[in-house]
Amino acid sequence: MDISLDLLFNAIVSGVLLGGFYAAMSLGISISFGMLDIVNISHPAMIILGAYLTWWLNETYGIDPILAAIVLAPFFFILGFVIYRIYYDRFEKNVGGDSLRGLAFFFGILFIIEMVLILLFGVDYRNINTTYTDSSLNLGFVSLPYRLLIPCALSVGLLLLIREVFRRTYFGRAVSAVAQDPLALQLMGVNPVKVKGYAFGLSLMIAGFSGAMLMIIQSVQPAAGRDYIGLVFAVCVLGGMGNLMGTLLAAMILGIAESMTATFAGPSWAPAVSFGLLLFTLAVRPQGIFGK
Amino acid sequence: MFVSSMRRRVIVSAVTLLTSFGIMSASLAQNKPPLRIGFGMGLTGGMAANGKAALVSMEIWREEINKKGGLLGRQVEFVYYDDQSNPSLVPGIYTKLLDIDKVDLVVSGYGTNLIAPAMPIAMQRNLLFITLFGTNVNAKFNYPGYFQMMPNGKEPAVGLSGGFFDAAMTAKKKPTTVAIVGGDNEFAAMTTEGARVVAKKYNLKVVYDKTYPPNTTDYTPILRAVQATNPDIVYFASYPNETPGVIRAAREIGLKTEVFGGTMIGLGFAAIKKQLGPLLNGVVGYELYAAEKTVNFPGIDNFLKIYQARAEKEGVDPLGYYLPPYAYAQMEILGQAVEKIGSLDQKKLIDYVHSTTFKTVVGDVKFAANGEWEVGRPMYVQYRGVKGNEIDQFRKPGPSAIISPKELKSGELITPYQEAIK
Repeated sequence: MDISLDLLFNAIVSGVLLGGFYAAMSLGISISFGMLDIVNISHPAMIILGAYLTWWLNETYGIDPILAAIVLAPFFFILGFVIYRIYYDRFEKNVGGDSLRGLAFFFGILFIIEMVLILLFGVDYRNINTTYTDSSLNLGFVSLPYRLLIPCALSVGLLLLIREVFRRTYFGRAVSAVAQDPLALQLMGVNPVKVKGYAFGLSLMIAGFSGAMLMIIQSVQPAAGRDYIGLVFAVCVLGGMGNLMGTLLAAMILGIAESMTATFAGPSWAPAVSFGLLLFTLAVRPQGIFGK
Repeated sequence: MFVSSMRRRVIVSAVTLLTSFGIMSASLAQNKPPLRIGFGMGLTGGMAANGKAALVSMEIWREEINKKGGLLGRQVEFVYYDDQSNPSLVPGIYTKLLDIDKVDLVVSGYGTNLIAPAMPIAMQRNLLFITLFGTNVNAKFNYPGYFQMMPNGKEPAVGLSGGFFDAAMTAKKKPTTVAIVGGDNEFAAMTTEGARVVAKKYNLKVVYDKTYPPNTTDYTPILRAVQATNPDIVYFASYPNETPGVIRAAREIGLKTEVFGGTMIGLGFAAIKKQLGPLLNGVVGYELYAAEKTVNFPGIDNFLKIYQARAEKEGVDPLGYYLPPYAYAQMEILGQAVEKIGSLDQKKLIDYVHSTTFKTVVGDVKFAANGEWEVGRPMYVQYRGVKGNEIDQFRKPGPSAIISPKELKSGELITPYQEAIK
């Protein structure tokens, strides 16, 4: 196949758009796994929960997915806070406790979410049609489908906002501190459990947002989250644990790698290239591309 | 007067005797142990949307047959487990069904990937195994007890895509090149393998032939790469979670080709029809039922009426055009065979199914030696005039014009694709 300029540009643009969405999906993991050291394997299921609740709000009240993401934010924040308290009481409080049991706890949540979604909504595919889903922004020979452009723009915006919150606010600095040394934080008179609870709530809030964005991109069914487990952890590790800008850039790298491979080599090679890139990075730079 | 009185007494006595006999028979039937049919079914996971719809259809059959007195005078019971759409769970499920639950008969769950792992167990025990929508599963096993409900014909891999190419070759500008694309799964591998054979038969040059991974989110890079090869026909073999993404991507890049479509599973589902709405226009898609005047299988309207009344409550496909009639027909065939043979002798049942033409809600079904349909009937439609996203429009003739097979044809293929989408 000839590598024409428009094919190359479109492949890069598609990769960037996809990467932007991957960043939103991985941002929550970057906070929970990268900063709080909580292996929340149920994160993709939370994304699907967010997608279904977005669908329900749209179907029942006609709320647009973007607005639904905002409406759902407090619910996911509280849900995250409550889940963390249970996790803390049962697993984290006992220092050196069995972390595998904690992992099993989140696996359990993953299955419970899937079953609840099946019982409440059935097993059929659910989707939302919006006015912007079926059109594209054409800039010369580059075409930007709104279906991908809007989730990408909102995801990147959200990531930059959270990054600023982490850099400039007391809460943000406390979360960064708890990631580095919870004992020192305690000595400073801050309750690390509460901080971690809020931060975990934030990570689930982002999962809910990602679910709303996923609903714009494609239809979902209750078990769809399983497809993304590998991806979100790969982005988190590749970007450097807990590094938010690293998460964004790693997501973009994987998105572009996937798109370029699909265009020029064959789509079935895309996961091999993405995970090959991850393995190579871990071999030469175990802390991730942007990790310290 | 006396004769009349005697006659009345005789009639009353006869009626009383017959009624008592009827009650006794029913009572005896109720005292007999239930006839248990076991299967695994994807009730969660990726296959669940269809798996659950299949279960609803099978339950409709069970309720109907039990109202008629059951099979062999025994009430029919189902013993089933959720295989979670996970092939690795299937051998365990069938072993449990046969060794612990001691079921009398087994049928398959839904889908190629979930039928294949159950095959060795069915073969070891020489069981009659009527299966639900496997693509060419028996090609390697060659098991005489295997029967398959998808109407693909004796050569299923070739037959499945054959209808698409038969129709595509009627394009105004005679096609000479084809792009073949499929997902990384057993079904797509089988189907695209068949598509290559058919393409060769029609002297089509394959200019793009690649697969994509199951978690693909954006299909635009793939469609752009396909477009770069400028094919006359673009053939996709996709699963329901992939099909909408493929069609959206084709629209987004303004795909220029004569014929676009393929064996895209999911187009028969109400949820995907609703999702895509007018984006379906121009696509040549695989369906198993369309509300066209040329499709008139005896009993299907009645079945769909019963199914649709239950579907919404059960949270499954409200139209039920794809899998449900075939899941029901699968049980009809099993039931007819058991009633006719009058026992559960697996060898006799297998022989009977091989030698019989069954009357079902999906028409007459006769199986070939390899367990596939003797005469294939893969149905390809071209969507046209779809307006908005309401599914009710698909309940009437028009939006799904059947372009293949010939005997069900209700419209001509419109080409090129960009013209057909208008």
